[in-house]
Amino acid sequence: MTLATVGFWACAVVLLASSLAVVLTPNLFHSVLFLAVALVATGVVFLFLEAPFLFGVQLLLYAGGVVVLVVFAIMLTERIVGQRIAQSSHGLVNGAIVAAAVFVGIAGFLLQAGPAPAARPYPGDVTVALAQTLLGPYAVPFELLGVLLVAALLGALYFARED
Amino acid sequence: MPGLSAYLVVAALVFAIGLFGVLTRRNAVGILLGIELMLNAVNINLVAFARLHGDPIGLLFAVFTIAITVAEVAVGLAIVIVIFRVRRTIDADRLDLLRG
Repeated sequence: MTLATVGFWACAVVLLASSLAVVLTPNLFHSVLFLAVALVATGVVFLFLEAPFLFGVQLLLYAGGVVVLVVFAIMLTERIVGQRIAQSSHGLVNGAIVAAAVFVGIAGFLLQAGPAPAARPYPGDVTVALAQTLLGPYAVPFELLGVLLVAALLGALYFARED
Repeated sequence: MPGLSAYLVVAALVFAIGLFGVLTRRNAVGILLGIELMLNAVNINLVAFARLHGDPIGLLFAVFTIAITVAEVAVGLAIVIVIFRVRRTIDADRLDLLRG
């Protein structure tokens, strides 16, 4: 086993353990903190996949933006101390059965597909290639994405405003 | 670098865990966190297949899904805050005004 393989599996264990903690801890605030750990671990997985730009995007947008947004929402809707922050889960057995069935379905498909062909290397610097596609053939979807973000944030502001 | 199937299995596990969270959580914010995990698993798949084919277009789609997820979380949390102001609860079991 090479060092990269050991690193990947260590990272995968952290990712899966923190994901489980997100859905299982009773304290909602701890749940968000474990989500931050899971998102950073996913960013490290992106590093193993030779996508350092996505690692940066993941840290800035997910671990930075989304986690801060959720923390604000919790502080606005729940008291940090006291019983309100505790959240209950219902139908644990039913949920586990459905989730396990979905996983078995995906795993069965993977087994059926057989081994993957050898990975081809990226042609040249992948960040440069990504920038050229973003501002070249995919420039219009990229701009539309900006419009979507502005519209969503304005809509969120409109929803949450004080009357 | 481990093979493609290792990434796909990890992503499938994260997706299943997120689905479990969406199905079992009763707090609306908890459900949103489960959706986050599921979208995250999809991103791992996109990047893994981009690496397999040596094609940066897959990374481009991962960037798109990340940005759309951020928009979705912003709108979802705004709705949660409004619901909390009106109903004083974000327990999904008690938000059944639209039930016929």
